[in-house]
Amino acid sequence: MVLGVEDLYDVFSKLSIWMIPAIIVFIPLYAALRKRIPVYETFVDGAKDGFGTAIAIIPHLVGMMVAISMFRASGAMELMLSAVRPLFDMAGVPSEVLPLGLLRPLTGAGSLAFTADLIATHGPDSMIGRIASTIQGSTDTTLYVLTVYFGAVAVRRTKYALKVGLFSDAVGFFAAILICLYLFG
Amino acid sequence: MVNWIWLFFIVASVAVAAVNGRMDEVTAAAFDGAKSGVTVSFGLISIMVFWMGMMRIAEDAGLLQKLARMLGPIVRWLFPDVPKDHPAIGYIMSNLSANIFGLGNAATPMGIKAMQELQKLNPDKDTATPAMCTLLALNTSSVTLVPTTIIAIRMNYDSANPAEIIGTTLVATAIATGAAILADRWYRSCSSSPPANPSIHNKKQTNATKPASVSDGIGGGGFV
Repeated sequence: MVLGVEDLYDVFSKLSIWMIPAIIVFIPLYAALRKRIPVYETFVDGAKDGFGTAIAIIPHLVGMMVAISMFRASGAMELMLSAVRPLFDMAGVPSEVLPLGLLRPLTGAGSLAFTADLIATHGPDSMIGRIASTIQGSTDTTLYVLTVYFGAVAVRRTKYALKVGLFSDAVGFFAAILICLYLFG
Repeated sequence: MVNWIWLFFIVASVAVAAVNGRMDEVTAAAFDGAKSGVTVSFGLISIMVFWMGMMRIAEDAGLLQKLARMLGPIVRWLFPDVPKDHPAIGYIMSNLSANIFGLGNAATPMGIKAMQELQKLNPDKDTATPAMCTLLALNTSSVTLVPTTIIAIRMNYDSANPAEIIGTTLVATAIATGAAILADRWYRSCSSSPPANPSIHNKKQTNATKPASVSDGIGGGGFV
């Protein structure tokens, strides 16, 4: 079982090295040979849209990152966490992983740095290290995805999208903790 | 909701900083945040330009439609309001596959492209459609088969078994994605009914009575 998982990782790390080049070769080759498409011109034509889209995201991303980085630097996040920490202690969950639950949906780089720090301090094979790894791997940075995706199409009213994203983050967070406690506990 | 969260972050930060005496740090953090917002966006330029060029070739060659047809039933169930041969489906499929295989830098451009295609179907350009919300839900809970970054970090710190978290991650991500889909479905069924509850946001809801104008078929070349 343990070996199988290691093999899976091996296969996948090789696969992901090959996947991008394979896609990059296959798409133009297929288009040129089967459909007689002028591939280079088509590429340039489509690529033009990329620049404008990336630029259009700037205001959204700046606004969001300002707020998040202020929130972390002021100590407001720490304050919010200290309010819920006793609940975690009661449930027997290592409260060191708690900040990750708040950081993960807010900042990708921030939560990755925090996870790396937890792994460095407590060891990758400790319960904390395993829980942190699982949390980090199992969800994406909701606020970033929301900002970038809706920013790119200039949609202002995002309806229930954020609620759904945060709800699934919360579910993923607790699922990760419970699974690790159950499997490795 | 985004407006309130944003306002809350800023107000709470300044208030807490006033008590903590961390006003200097908060001011610095505000401008650092602005800088990293621009840095991240600039980092997106290269991958956006590259993948959007690639994807245009794939679209013109009909590859996206092929991909869309392969997993058609699931996508049609998740996105009932997108016509089945619309290019948006192809982009949604490529976005989801890029996520599953951990091709992070390809997933974002494809997701954005899918968003832009969905926006063409949107009768009210300011307001997200249910399909956009579903796409977002799937992306925020990002199903990844093998979390390569975290495994690399675990290797760095001499884990006895760096890959042992693949299983737990898969289960957690499946549960999170399931929760996202369920919540999305639930909100969809709430908002598809006519504007019965007159909240502030509902004044533009008149589009519910208007049939979504669906005109672009396959081709899709007409958006230069």
